[in-house]
Formats: sequence, structure tokens, C-alpha cells
Amino acid sequence: MRSLRRGLAPLLLLLPGGGWLVVFFVVPMAFMLLISLQEGTFDTGYQLTWNFGIYPQVIGQYWELYVRSTSFAVATTLLTLAVGYPVAYTIAFHGGRLKNALLLLVVLPFFVSFVIRTLNWRMILSDNGMVFGTLKDAGLLDQNFHFLATPASVIFGLTYNFLPFMILPLYVAIEKIDRRLIEAATDLYASRAQAFWRVTFLLSLPGVVAGSLLTFIPSVGDFITAEVIGAGNPQVFMVGNIIQRKFLDSLDYPAAAALAFVLVAGVMLLVSVYTRLVGSDRLAG
Amino acid sequence: MMTAPPTAKRRRSLRARLGGLLLPGFTGLLLLFLFAPIAVMIAFSFNDPAGRQNITWQGFTLRNYVDLWGRSQITDPMVLSLVVATISTLVATTFGTMIGLALTRYAFRGRWLMNLLIFIPMTAPEIILGASLLTLWISLGVERGFLTILVSHIMFNISFVVVTIRARLVGFNMSLEEAGMDLYADGRTTFWKITFPLILPGIVSAALLAFALSIDDYVITLFSAGRTVTFPLWVFGVSRLGIPPEVNVLGTLIFVTALIFIGVQLWNARRADPSTRPAGPVTVVGR
Repeated sequence: MRSLRRGLAPLLLLLPGGGWLVVFFVVPMAFMLLISLQEGTFDTGYQLTWNFGIYPQVIGQYWELYVRSTSFAVATTLLTLAVGYPVAYTIAFHGGRLKNALLLLVVLPFFVSFVIRTLNWRMILSDNGMVFGTLKDAGLLDQNFHFLATPASVIFGLTYNFLPFMILPLYVAIEKIDRRLIEAATDLYASRAQAFWRVTFLLSLPGVVAGSLLTFIPSVGDFITAEVIGAGNPQVFMVGNIIQRKFLDSLDYPAAAALAFVLVAGVMLLVSVYTRLVGSDRLAG
Repeated sequence: MMTAPPTAKRRRSLRARLGGLLLPGFTGLLLLFLFAPIAVMIAFSFNDPAGRQNITWQGFTLRNYVDLWGRSQITDPMVLSLVVATISTLVATTFGTMIGLALTRYAFRGRWLMNLLIFIPMTAPEIILGASLLTLWISLGVERGFLTILVSHIMFNISFVVVTIRARLVGFNMSLEEAGMDLYADGRTTFWKITFPLILPGIVSAALLAFALSIDDYVITLFSAGRTVTFPLWVFGVSRLGIPPEVNVLGTLIFVTALIFIGVQLWNARRADPSTRPAGPVTVVGR
């Protein structure tokens, strides 16, 4: 009796939460696949015709958006890494007793809604707003200059929003490094640069990999930033913008579902190639 | 170090000193950058705008804070978001804690599958979670509204709760439970008297994270909302052209509430035994 209870216990503990995830995460993915293979219009109704032709069709029509989303997300990942690494390094190695307080300061702004933060950036960076308006009035900037609705502005917004996702895993990885190893390297006549690249950076690679994935994945699927800071300019739309519009505005469900599936497949492919290149054993660290 | 020639040593110390200024300076600048939109939000919550645009500073007023209350188009979405966040936090924290216990306590087949089921929703782009749920509602003809929003929030919160709880349970000392059993406590008494109090700080951290994620969610909610308007959806809707002061007022109030919560948690952590410290800021970052 007792052993039976022990056997059942994990099942009973897993059932409610696991069941919820199956019904509202796994099953919807299957429904999305089925909807992508339907044909018809919203008014006449959609019929399942196993129309696999939708996939080459949406890729042919929207490949540029996938390329743009990927390049925006890669640029965002590299920028957050370049900006976040020195900060994570400083907090981990020079934070002293302020370590936790500094980390808290890094995440604190993110307790304000994502939407409100992004809207306020739009205001700060608007053509005649507090940054560029002031520069224009001072004659330091051409009157026609504008930043919003450019690719750079979308990458800027993504970088701001996903910085903590890079800084936190970097911090965790750098903080774990045994600093005697760096001393040993300098004792053995490594220059500071050599000691950094061949000891510190190498040992922090698990954090770099985790941070890159945590930044890249949400960036590539983002559509709020392009909508708000990109000011809805179709020239800077990412694939998320089209998926959202097709699902909620034009109600073209099959194409929207197909676009979303291509996005999932693309992300999974890129992530597996990336982890293979870096070595998946490093992910465990 | 002793063998390094003096010139190299001096050069190193100069560079070290320069680097010593550079890194803290850069970190300080980055923190200023991170707080820039927050500072603007707080400042403009006190602005007295001429029209609804609210993009230039006109003058200080407290009117925005007073006018807010009793206007149902503003307070209804806020109340709805609080209700959804509370219920989804309670359900997701319960389910997530159960999964966390199962994963750390028991050996069972298919553990990798469970791990995958937890891991993938957390790493998939949010738009995929939202869009796939929408296809479920469409296919089954479910009308979108309060319940569909609630279901989606519980779904995306479970994984975050499991990860937070598991981090807490990994260092758990099983011999305390065995001691309880040895002293003739039954399984239920042992759990509520020993296990639960010990993992409670982890549960609280997980619940706070879930609440913060729920109240802030825009993307997944958008796809499950139909005509129902939560706080982030309302903010987005009224700010198409400019940000009305009410948005910044509510943003400021949420920020202050979060500050108070963190303050209380830190204060509790300082009083408590170091081993029961909450997991810290690492576990409470929102999307």
C-alpha cells in the first residue's frame, strides 16, 4: 500500500499543472498546425484541405520580414552583450557589499509595464521631443532628422527592453568564477587582455550563451517595439507585426498560423545550430 | 608580480586605475539609461497638459492623481488585471509548487518530458503562445473574455513558478523530514509542519514573480482577450497618439507598490536566518 502511494504521489503532483500545460500549450500548437492547413475566407468559413502549399507561399511572400526580424534580433543580442557584459562584470567583481542592491537597480525599471516603458521612450525620442527637439533647437541637429520609425530605433527599443535578460545570466556566470584562476594567469605573465579573454570570458561562456538565447528569442518574436517605437512603419515591421495583424485585424487565420509556425521552426533551428556550435555541454554550467 | 619590471608595473597600475574608473562610470551611466523612461513617466504623471498630448512640460499639478478615481473606464481595466493576476497567481503557484516537489522528490519515468514541457513555454516567443491559444479558442468556438485570459495567464505562469520553486528545493535538507517521520509525524503533518514552512520563501518569490508577469502581460492577453480590456491593453489603446497623464499616474503607482513590496521582502530577509533568504532579484524580473 505504501509503495503504491509512493508510486502514485508524483503522478498526482504532476497532473494538474502538467495537464494544464498539455491542454493549453501542446494542444493549441496542434490546432495552429491544423488551422495553417485550411483554406477559405473568414466570411465563408475555413475548411481543412491539408494545404501544405501555404508554407512556400507565405515564405515566398514574407521572407524579407524573417530576414529583418532575425537581423534585428541578432543586432539586439550583440548590443545587449556589449553593453551588458561590462555591467555584469563590474557588479560581480567590484560590487562588494552593493552587489545585490546593484542587481536590484538593474531589474527595478522593469517592474513598470513593458508597454508604458516603451511608450515613454517613444515620447523621449520623438522628432521634437526632449532629446532631439533640444538638439535641433540648439542647432546641433538637422531639423529634418528623425529617429523613430527607423531600423535603428527598433533595435534601440529591443535592446533596452531585453537588457536584464542578458545582464542577469552573465552576472550569475561571472560571479561563479574563481578569481584565483585570473591571478594565476597574470602570475604566468598573461597580459590583462589575455587573462580576460582566455580565463574570465571563457569561463563566463555559459552566461553568454544563456543570455544570448534569452535575448534573441523574445526579440525575434517581438512586435510591440516595432509598433510603438517603430511608429507602425511597415518598413521596420517584424514578422510578429504581420502575424498579429493577420490574426486579429484581417482574420486571415491560415496564413497567420503558417507564419507563426515558420517562426517557431526557424527559432528552433537557429537555437539548435547555435548551441551545437558553442557546445551544448556549456549550457549545463 | 615581484619579478615584473618597474615600468610595466607602473603602466599596469595606471591602466588599472583608469579601468577602475571606467567600469563603475559605465555601470552608473547604464543605470541612468535604464531609469530614463521611468523618470520621465514619474515626472509627466505630475504634468498639467494643455491638450491630451502630454508631450511637453507645462506645469506641476496633483490633479492627475485626484481625477483618476471613480472613472470606470480607467479603474475597470486595473481592477480586472488585479483580479486576473491574483487568481492566476494562486492557481499557478499551487500547480507549479506541486510540480516542483514532484521533480525534486521523486524518481519517475518521463522526467525529461516534464522538463521539456516546463522549459519550452518559457523560451518560446510570447506571440507563439498567444497565437496558438487563439487558434484553440477559434477552433472550439470559445468566446474570448475573462476566462480565456485567466487560462492563458495560468498557463504561462506555471513554468516560471516551477523554475523558481525548484531552485529553492534543490538545496533542501531531506533529513529534517526524516526526523519528523522518526518522531511519529504522519506524511501530512510532516509536510505542513516541516516541508512547507521551509519552502515558503521560495513559494512567496514564485508568487510575486507570477503576479508581476500576469499584471504586465500584453502579448498573450491580446490574443485571448476578445473585447475584454486589461490594464496593459487599455494603456496601449489610449496611447496611440500621446500618453495621457492617467497612464503615467497608474504606472507610477504600480512602480511605488513594487518598491514597497521589495522593501518589505528585503527587510524580512535581513531579519530572517540567512538560509531562508528569498531568492533575490534574479528571480523577479518581468518580461
